[in-house]
Amino acid sequence: MTTASTTTAASNKPRVIGLAALLLAACALPFLVSNYHTFQLTLVLVYAIALLGLNILTGYNGQISLGHGAFYAIGAYVAAILMNSFDVPYWLTVPVAGVVCLAAGFLFGLPALRLEGLYLALATFALGVSMPPLLKYKHLEHWTGGVQGIVIMKPDPPFGLPVNADQWLYFFTLAVALVMFVLGWNLLRGRVGRSLIAIRDHPIAAEAMGVNNALYKALAFGVSALFTGVAGALGAIAVQFVAPDSFSYFLSITLLVGIVIGGLASISGAVYGAIFVQFVPNIADQISKAAPWAIYGVFLLGFMYLMPVGVAGAIRIGWARFRRRAAKRQSSEVVSARLKQPLI
Amino acid sequence: MSTRHLFVSATVIAGLALSASAAWAQKKYDPGATDTQIKIGNIMPYSGPASAYGTIGKTEAAYFKMINDEGGINGRKIDFISLDDGYSPPKTVEDARRLVEQDQVLFIFSSLGTPPNTAIHKYMNAKKVPQLFVATGASKWNDPKHFPWTMGWQPNYQTEAAMYAKHILQTKPDAKIAVLYQNDDYGKDYLEGFEKGLGAKAKTMIVAKASYETSDPTVDSQIVQLQASGANVFFNITTPKFAAMAIRKAYDIGWRPVQYLNNVSASIGSVLTPAGLEKSTGVISIQYLKDSLDPTWKNDKGMKDWYAFMAKYYPGGDVKDGSNVVGYGLAQTLVQVLKQCGDNLTRANVMKQAANLKNYRTEVLLPGIKINTSPTDYAPIEAMQLIRFDGKEYKSIGKVIGD
Amino acid sequence: MDAFLNQVFAGLANGGIYASVALALVMIYQATHHVNFAQGEMAMFSTYIAWSLINAGMPYWPAFFLTVAIAFVLGVLVERILVRPVEKAPVLSVVVVFIGLLVIFNSLAGWLYTYTIKVFPSPFPKEPLHWGDHFISAHQIGAVGVTLVVLALLYAFFRFTPLGLAMRAAAQNPESSRLVGIRVGWMLALGWGLASSIGAIAGMMVAPVVYLDPNMMSGILLYAFAAALVGGIDNPAGAVLGGFIIGVLENLLGAYVIGNELKLAFALVLIVGVLVVRPSGLFGRTLVTRV
Repeated sequence: MTTASTTTAASNKPRVIGLAALLLAACALPFLVSNYHTFQLTLVLVYAIALLGLNILTGYNGQISLGHGAFYAIGAYVAAILMNSFDVPYWLTVPVAGVVCLAAGFLFGLPALRLEGLYLALATFALGVSMPPLLKYKHLEHWTGGVQGIVIMKPDPPFGLPVNADQWLYFFTLAVALVMFVLGWNLLRGRVGRSLIAIRDHPIAAEAMGVNNALYKALAFGVSALFTGVAGALGAIAVQFVAPDSFSYFLSITLLVGIVIGGLASISGAVYGAIFVQFVPNIADQISKAAPWAIYGVFLLGFMYLMPVGVAGAIRIGWARFRRRAAKRQSSEVVSARLKQPLI
Repeated sequence: MSTRHLFVSATVIAGLALSASAAWAQKKYDPGATDTQIKIGNIMPYSGPASAYGTIGKTEAAYFKMINDEGGINGRKIDFISLDDGYSPPKTVEDARRLVEQDQVLFIFSSLGTPPNTAIHKYMNAKKVPQLFVATGASKWNDPKHFPWTMGWQPNYQTEAAMYAKHILQTKPDAKIAVLYQNDDYGKDYLEGFEKGLGAKAKTMIVAKASYETSDPTVDSQIVQLQASGANVFFNITTPKFAAMAIRKAYDIGWRPVQYLNNVSASIGSVLTPAGLEKSTGVISIQYLKDSLDPTWKNDKGMKDWYAFMAKYYPGGDVKDGSNVVGYGLAQTLVQVLKQCGDNLTRANVMKQAANLKNYRTEVLLPGIKINTSPTDYAPIEAMQLIRFDGKEYKSIGKVIGD
Repeated sequence: MDAFLNQVFAGLANGGIYASVALALVMIYQATHHVNFAQGEMAMFSTYIAWSLINAGMPYWPAFFLTVAIAFVLGVLVERILVRPVEKAPVLSVVVVFIGLLVIFNSLAGWLYTYTIKVFPSPFPKEPLHWGDHFISAHQIGAVGVTLVVLALLYAFFRFTPLGLAMRAAAQNPESSRLVGIRVGWMLALGWGLASSIGAIAGMMVAPVVYLDPNMMSGILLYAFAAALVGGIDNPAGAVLGGFIIGVLENLLGAYVIGNELKLAFALVLIVGVLVVRPSGLFGRTLVTRV
């Protein structure tokens, strides 16, 4: 169980320094690695935003979703259609995709209020499975490009900055990711976050305490869809192509795997999960050409055995254990120091 | 020094310089090619909904191993790097970028699927890396003017469908046609070619159309729908598993239309046998490759070589699966292109030689079918043979059409 | 009218497929309160084992029963070795373990048997049964019959045998069950074994219709899941009925209402609608929990 942690100003300082160092490293990376790796890192950022979105819904609010790939797809197609049919500049498509998905998520969340657990899982899975046929639907073909999909132009760096297109895209995605993460962090550590967690853990008590369960649950769906839709738009711009086949039910499963591996109800978990989801399939492919997905499955099993609460959870437990041991050592030193002094 | 001495020295030096530059001019390499190695990239769906086609990549890998065992091409061994994209276009993009930018392959060969190849179409041409002999029959790969670095290999779907349309117009001009098609790019491409082939009569002749998704468990409902339309001709645009189901179901419910089956599923071993040989009698398709189970080719040298190759280099592969013949044909064509390149292994020269195949044959092609390309004709195989299944083997209808 | 009846029969035939897999899902849920997403892949893998036995020369029925036994052992082993380490973990972690099992079985089958479709024999006569102009394949009737027999056996097992009662108790209340002396761990393993056996039977009934390939079950699993939930996840008879309902509904929607392209989406919307109105499914029991 996680509650929004309250930290003192003193313990905040090392965290802030740590985060700043991480940010600096993130900015330096595209200049240290090849364009191909920069592209992969951009995808990691995209996944991280999507996973944060799903985590808001499933990790913090306890509503399982096996169909978040659908919102990713909606965001991607909104961006692609705006850029392709209406010549909207790429950076504007991202917030528009977010808003569209906010509405879509909220509208889906309303009837889903009545469903829980397995039944909600089925409903969301149905959503995820229905997306590709909808995208192929012939009456929408004029905009969606039908089975052929839509090809998007890669954005060029503006104002003649001395970076290439891949690096520019990475920085753009990084900036959006920072905004989304700060937004998410703000949302989750305040009243809203506590309400979501209360609804997850004790819905009846929460309602009794005055939390409007229905509104928060539907909003959780909407906000979660917003994050994932933004990720979808960014992903579409990075890959420069959208097609119904890109958004199969396997994408939804991958997102779920990502948040569990990364750590439920954890913001940093979104980043760990994104790294796993992006790189482990490639690693598995290198280990075994014959049955790479079997290796991936073994990775899943291994991670769940060793870290059942995810990477972020394991880190949290490890850190707490370390602090406890350090505190114990400190207090035992104090006691032994006192014992050495003559009793007065 | 005397002038004569000077003159001789100058000539010698000039001669040396000329021959040195000539030697340099003879051996030209782009990334991926060296004196001893040619690196080739490939992207296949080894997992996911199209995993049945992954065997094409395995056949190709086995073929290149055979070539390497025999000494390579012009003394160079082939390093075949094949990646899985699970038929998901974003993964294809990632794989292509890795092959081109990290693994530094000379070119990408036989990548499979229309959406995956569409996803990397612009990228490959922008980077000027050959996207050679893509394993899909979509018509868009024959566009040397706008996409000079992309070339297909197999006959394109629309041309094939038009052949069926023409045959129907010739043999059954008042036919009522029902169409079953897979609801994706490949299915729609065939449908479009078919409707174009029927021309103005398409609207009146096609009385029913039904689509299916690869996630559907059966196509029984669609077949029942099509039978209910009263059609007496059936155009079956399905991939192998669904083709077998469709043929069987149509027979079982007593619907016996004249059936045209797309070439993708014409294999005796992987489709007609599971469907039931007596149920598949009369099916019409086209063929450009020899079928591995067709008794006509029992003593044919080309097919015997293929069987020997499969036994030695790809024993895990299914000899009933037509895809393994496709992979073999593709690999042989590529080896011919590389042989023609000689020591000039630049990407531009690879495309130039690929666009310079004159009457080339791989012996798994039907007799009479030749591969021809030119700078304005990026369609290597355009000839097809209309065939009909008689319960045991395919019999030709008419002559090879196209060139 | 003819075409309509044909669609209904085709729907019932398909529904039989969904029903048999749904039964396996209900079984595992009743025994463990988890829905095993890898059930379809395990069933497919067991069917491949049967195929290997038949290909090696064994006649059909001995291979059938041997496969059911092997599947049982496989299920028990998977539970004891692979699922046990995470039984105390949060629900979603267990779900990820199931997803891991799903991809492992799928990938192994593809590696061992390749992705080319294989023909799986049917024990039932090949001649179709005709009723007027309508056609019903003997196999599909036989498959439905087998499913109903399994259903009856399951029902009798859970209702009338002490072992069945112990299993249900172990799933619903592990602590109290331990207190009365039930070996909860082995009950779970037994549940997995039984579910795996039922899955194998389902696979062997399904494969003659849809042909055997590693991706055989991936399309069916969603329908089976929907069927199990529509019928009530704790009601085996409901799951079977749910399967038939979904099979017919989907066919009729595709032929007469919305066209083939959107019939799956539409059917799922309807199912979700049903669940919104009756959240425990059509025939499920509403769980009343203490606050």
